[in-house]
Amino acid sequence: MKSSHPLRLGAAIVIGSILVGCAPAPTRLYHWEGFQGQLYEYFKADSSSPEDQLRILDAQAQKARASGAALPPGFRAHLAMIYLRLGRDGEAKQELEAEKANFPESAQYMDFLLKRMTAPKS
Amino acid sequence: MTISAFSLGTAVTRWSQLAASLVAVAALGACAAPSPYDYTAFKQNRPVSMLVLPPVNETPEVTATYGVLSQVTMPLAEAGYYVVPVSLMDETFRQNGLNNPTEIHDVSPRKLREIFGADAAVYIKVTRYGTSYAVISSETRVTAQARIVDLRTGQLLWQGSATASSSENRNQSQGGLAGLLVNALVTQIVETVSDTSFKYAAIASQRLLSHRTNGVLYGPRSPNYQTD
Repeated sequence: MKSSHPLRLGAAIVIGSILVGCAPAPTRLYHWEGFQGQLYEYFKADSSSPEDQLRILDAQAQKARASGAALPPGFRAHLAMIYLRLGRDGEAKQELEAEKANFPESAQYMDFLLKRMTAPKS
Repeated sequence: MTISAFSLGTAVTRWSQLAASLVAVAALGACAAPSPYDYTAFKQNRPVSMLVLPPVNETPEVTATYGVLSQVTMPLAEAGYYVVPVSLMDETFRQNGLNNPTEIHDVSPRKLREIFGADAAVYIKVTRYGTSYAVISSETRVTAQARIVDLRTGQLLWQGSATASSSENRNQSQGGLAGLLVNALVTQIVETVSDTSFKYAAIASQRLLSHRTNGVLYGPRSPNYQTD
């Protein structure tokens, strides 16, 4: 079949751009993938294991890095939370520092958490 | 003037007139732009970071609080705000003996700001969550209300509510084009989960807290900051 009439194509483009003009194109600031689903997994009582959650989030982080996309706010901090659950405090600290470096807005809370981690345990 | 002055026939005519004008008003309402939200306080305070507290659950469905809490980071972050990490935030409250969202909502703004360093707190109430089963058709519905309060000044910056329902598929006019676009935005997440209520929590959260007409303003991390 021959390609459609140029006028018809033109009309389609005009109509298309009018439709798009009604709402900004959904370009995202961050690479979300399954982050919300993983937060939900974390919160649920019958959730998957922290090891599984870590594996999924790690894979997602690698994908984001490979494509040059930014990880969302809280992503690294959530990794820290999972490391804490697994007793891997050193890696948890690194992730908290990484959250702070990528989002300076988090500095006060991250410092609060880091301070508590380094405080002698009773 | 007494009731007996009206014959039954007149009353019926009056009711049908009233019904007709109600329909006309509803039709106009659907076409006209909603009256603009007063953003004076929002623009005076211009928060940079948001602390979403665990939502208060007013439904019988126990998963409502965390279903919604897991979804609300995305719309606010995409609008341009830093959102305090929700899992760490929840754990911090637990370690301080606060497990109940209602209690958490009562914590003073000063204390919240001291610990989390956020400029504003988001107080959410979930009023519908889950599936109601009926003979003809069952419906999954999520409805939530939100208030954004500045933690530095105590001012109310914004409030609103949103609903997402499975019955919209049978009644397309409700969401309109904007609704469909928002749907398209969350399709990816929606398709990856099997929990139906959680899917509608995603859509309701987008409608509640993303940048849209009468919604939250763009935050500093958005390229559109201060253009609205």
